[in-house]
Amino acid sequence: MIDALETSMTDTTSTPLEFAGAATAPSPAPRRRAPGESGLGWLLPLALLLTWQGASSLGAIANAIMPSPLAVLAAAWRLTLTGELPQSVWVSFLRASAGLVVGGGVGFALGLANGLWRLSFDLTDSTLQMVRNVPHLALIPLVIVWFGIEEEAKLFLVSLGVFFPIYVNTLHGVRSVDPQLIEMARSYGFGGARLFRRVILPGALPSIFVGLRFALGVMWLTLIVAETIAAQSGIGYMAMQAREFMLVDVVLLAILIYAALGKLADATARALERRCLSWHPAFQAKA
Amino acid sequence: MTAASAKAPLPDFGAPFRAPPLHGAPVVVRALCKSYAAKRVLRGLDLDVPAGQFVAVVGRSGCGKSTLLRLIAGLETPDSGRLAVGAAHGEKRESARVMFQEPRLLPWADVLDNVAVGLGANPDRDAGRRRAIEALDRVGLAERAGEWPSALSGGQKQRVALARALVSRPRLLALDEPLGALDALTRIEMQRLLEAVWLRERFTAILVTHDVGEAVALADRIVLIENGALALDVGVDSPRPRRRGSIEAARLEAEILARLLGDAAASATPEVPRPSPRPERTAP
Repeated sequence: MIDALETSMTDTTSTPLEFAGAATAPSPAPRRRAPGESGLGWLLPLALLLTWQGASSLGAIANAIMPSPLAVLAAAWRLTLTGELPQSVWVSFLRASAGLVVGGGVGFALGLANGLWRLSFDLTDSTLQMVRNVPHLALIPLVIVWFGIEEEAKLFLVSLGVFFPIYVNTLHGVRSVDPQLIEMARSYGFGGARLFRRVILPGALPSIFVGLRFALGVMWLTLIVAETIAAQSGIGYMAMQAREFMLVDVVLLAILIYAALGKLADATARALERRCLSWHPAFQAKA
Repeated sequence: MTAASAKAPLPDFGAPFRAPPLHGAPVVVRALCKSYAAKRVLRGLDLDVPAGQFVAVVGRSGCGKSTLLRLIAGLETPDSGRLAVGAAHGEKRESARVMFQEPRLLPWADVLDNVAVGLGANPDRDAGRRRAIEALDRVGLAERAGEWPSALSGGQKQRVALARALVSRPRLLALDEPLGALDALTRIEMQRLLEAVWLRERFTAILVTHDVGEAVALADRIVLIENGALALDVGVDSPRPRRRGSIEAARLEAEILARLLGDAAASATPEVPRPSPRPERTAP
């Protein structure tokens, strides 16, 4: 929403003449970029990295507390050669995906069911809302008692964390499908699976994507905490091990990898969203 | 009619058994009642619409005219009374199509797909596509077939909705103020389009409108609903295609408006002149 607003603002202010020309002669299509494609977003992180490197090189930051970006890069190279880094990233990625599939799948199914059927909603929603208000990370002690530090513990926590954003937004999406469209479709003989596929699901999709992007954030957060506290592999475990030996460069590397993975997940969700919601006016900036 | 069946993809086997000008479905309404909560909206309404007639239903807001239309279109069920569309009972849904005040296009389907929605559960993709393109062509939007509805203007969206309603060749078209939200010029254009389409297809049309001028311009017959029952029933005899601004039209419009506004003075003796049915359309 804000993104779309930004594009239209920059477009009208930066090229007022073209804009006026386009109104009279529609043939030269005004050049418009989808939000986030300009590359401007990378300017700030790059500047931060340069400042950081500069300060480290000049000795303004103690290397024992905060190694320079180049030192972090060297650590990354070292751990890649030993195979530890790819292994950790792969393990963490698998955990995140498994949790997203399980928790997201259940949340999506329950959201649809509760949006479509009154009985299902009455039976389960108030229970789910109660559980939702318990911070899922508060369950860590219990989870360790139940599952130890095996994979089930991480899967459980990530699934639980991912479940609620997807559930709530799917439910909201299904419930807020325009009733006039549903009435129209019914008057044309649509019902059951056809009504769902042609009207309800596409109508709920924008909201479901909001839920997915929320869920991705919760997914990384939960995984980081779980891997830091109760794991024997993965990026979080790698960071905790490094802390034991005061390998601050590896700790920083782990943090940066989490940032990169989070960004990657978000970008994937955005690309998917742009593909599935190409009909939506907010995604027609390039049309 | 003959031209339309010549263009059809398959030979129209039913054609010899159908009287060509009588495509429309007759509508019979007897003692129809409908209430919402404590409010009685329709109180024993009677109405006969011969096949192929264009009826306009006018009345004040909340008089029950939209409820009548929704009942006839099968969007709601009556509390009591009889309602029959077409000769056979129970052909209500298949043969009736509704055009709503809003276009109600699916934003996630392109224009052609939206028209194809009107085919209902038609399994034949290619034939359906061809019919949808034909219907779009009839409302003058064939070249916009691949666009999203959000790219269209209000009038164009309503034309797509009209194409969607017509693609299944309905025998009854129920129009619930479909032009109410359009600007004055687009509105007149749409009225002309509606009249042209109706003259060609000869479905039965029931138009609910606030605009008496529109009713006079389009309808064969105008009925006024007051307090959930028929209060006035007049025929409109001017030749088609109609020209706007004729003296008789203005006189009739003024007469109906006076009846609508001067409620208290006229309601004591509701005059119900019989409509003058035009023989070429009501003959069996």
